[in-house]
Amino acid sequence: MVNDMGTREALASDDAPLVTAKHGTAAGQSDTVVASAVTINRPAAELYAFWRDFANLATFMENVERVDALDDTRSRWVVKAPAGKTVEWVSRVTEEAADRLIAWEAEADAEVPNSGRVEFRDAGARGTVVTATIAYDPPAGFIGKVVAKMFQREPAIQARRDLRRFKQLMETGEIATSARTLKQLEEQD
Amino acid sequence: MRALAWHGKHDVRVDTVDDPEILNPRDAIIKVTSTAICGSDLHLYDGYIPTMMAGDILGHEFMGEVVETGPKSTLKKGQRVVVPFTMACGSCYHCGKHQYSACDNALPADNQDIAQELYGQPMSGLFGYSHMTGGYAGGQAEYVRVPFSDVGPIVIPDGIEDEKVLFLSDILPTGWMAAENAGIEPGDIVAVWGCGPVGLFAVQSAFLMGADRVIAIDHFPHRLELAKRFGAETINFEESATYEALMLMTGGIGPDAVIDAVGLEAHGFFVDNVIDQIKASTFLGTDRIHSIRQAILACRKGGRVSMPAVYGGFVDKFPLGAFMEKGLTLRTGQTHVQHYMPGLLNAIVEGKIDTTFLISHTLPLEEAPKGYQMFHDNQNEVTKVVLKPGLALAAE
Repeated sequence: MVNDMGTREALASDDAPLVTAKHGTAAGQSDTVVASAVTINRPAAELYAFWRDFANLATFMENVERVDALDDTRSRWVVKAPAGKTVEWVSRVTEEAADRLIAWEAEADAEVPNSGRVEFRDAGARGTVVTATIAYDPPAGFIGKVVAKMFQREPAIQARRDLRRFKQLMETGEIATSARTLKQLEEQD
Repeated sequence: MRALAWHGKHDVRVDTVDDPEILNPRDAIIKVTSTAICGSDLHLYDGYIPTMMAGDILGHEFMGEVVETGPKSTLKKGQRVVVPFTMACGSCYHCGKHQYSACDNALPADNQDIAQELYGQPMSGLFGYSHMTGGYAGGQAEYVRVPFSDVGPIVIPDGIEDEKVLFLSDILPTGWMAAENAGIEPGDIVAVWGCGPVGLFAVQSAFLMGADRVIAIDHFPHRLELAKRFGAETINFEESATYEALMLMTGGIGPDAVIDAVGLEAHGFFVDNVIDQIKASTFLGTDRIHSIRQAILACRKGGRVSMPAVYGGFVDKFPLGAFMEKGLTLRTGQTHVQHYMPGLLNAIVEGKIDTTFLISHTLPLEEAPKGYQMFHDNQNEVTKVVLKPGLALAAE
């Protein structure tokens, strides 16, 4: 599981978020942990509601093909893989607090052990600070390649890009594209 | 459609490409009636701007007729509009503060990485100006897809010809914001480096804001002549020593405000500039900055520095000591076009600002490559090239 980014270990000598630590692993385990924050000019309740409907995640997460809700806390994630293939796992909500927090974790048999946490904090006139933290344990081989693609070479980049698209969708009602034609737009997907 | 595409340094061509389509709800498609080549397009032409790709359609100064609208566009078919070169969503924090060129959302998410690394935070998207600014197709074309068409484009009343309002897209608001950033107070002496369109509009704007005297600096006689027409005193830096002249013209005080409207391709055969050129050609430094350096040295103590000029990367030998010791203030940035458009349109309609004097050449879009070459080779006489997609090729 991922630590709450805002909470510091007693040993920490500064107030910077844990994942920015230069030495050691932020979560205290072998997982790769990435975090990204974005401020969105919309109320926390609206952002929370959109995210909690996991099917919506595919609209702004580039490599997520679709997420199907299985029941109130479990959902099946279908993630794009090279050569038109997909990888799937079932995630379970592990913690939630209305309008503030959603945490989830892939079930034990997942090929790619991973977990995530998104927090929504009211930022007054600026809207809501959304902080997403993702942890995963990348395996070797084909699945490792899928994970590498999903999170790009620099894992933080994909999380940052996905959050930017979330912000665009919530603030403007659309996701910016520089495509000129429908064909170009489809090729970018 | 036909469109002017970049293929490499000093290689632009009019290609046939697919027409643009409505892709997002707030989009509109504009049929271009007039589009101009900007001085900053020459930075692309000369290969100074990174992240260009062969086939990129150029042009960020354009206007035209609305021919198609997305379901959330507020424009109507048949309206004539001028389109700001900076795209802005209108709903993010920065748009709320009218800092439109800092819009969070107009740049596609993947294109934001480069600017995030280079500048710390990405800026807004621009039409036709490299992939770092979004990779959006530009306006030197028959048709353009205009995102966020409910925020940017300004509707032009009937009866006002293109030539009077086309420059609302970039250079007029840029010149105006340059003067505003100079914090001009009544009685000020303002010095402007560069008498290109932005510099000339800054001269006009500075007087409208109450400057007592404006001193314009360039080496092209024709451009200095235009500055003089608006009431500026002039310094030709090839004939006179600029710093010494400014000290004598300001009683040893220096100008109260200085405006650098030159940017990263500063001309002139000065020792420090030559070193910059050597460094640029050996990739040791990106930007040649003689004008901003000289402006800072000349500026009076406690004065204001305004920098509308385009800089892209890193510079060295920036006179940080003079800047600090004299307690100067620097204001700069890409233009918040949407903020200035309505007021400047009024000023044009009321006859307070003239923009048509700038246009030296009008060509069909098909002759755009010739326009680039002319503009590049003869900046004395070629002050502004306007391209018209609807204009027939001249009979040979």
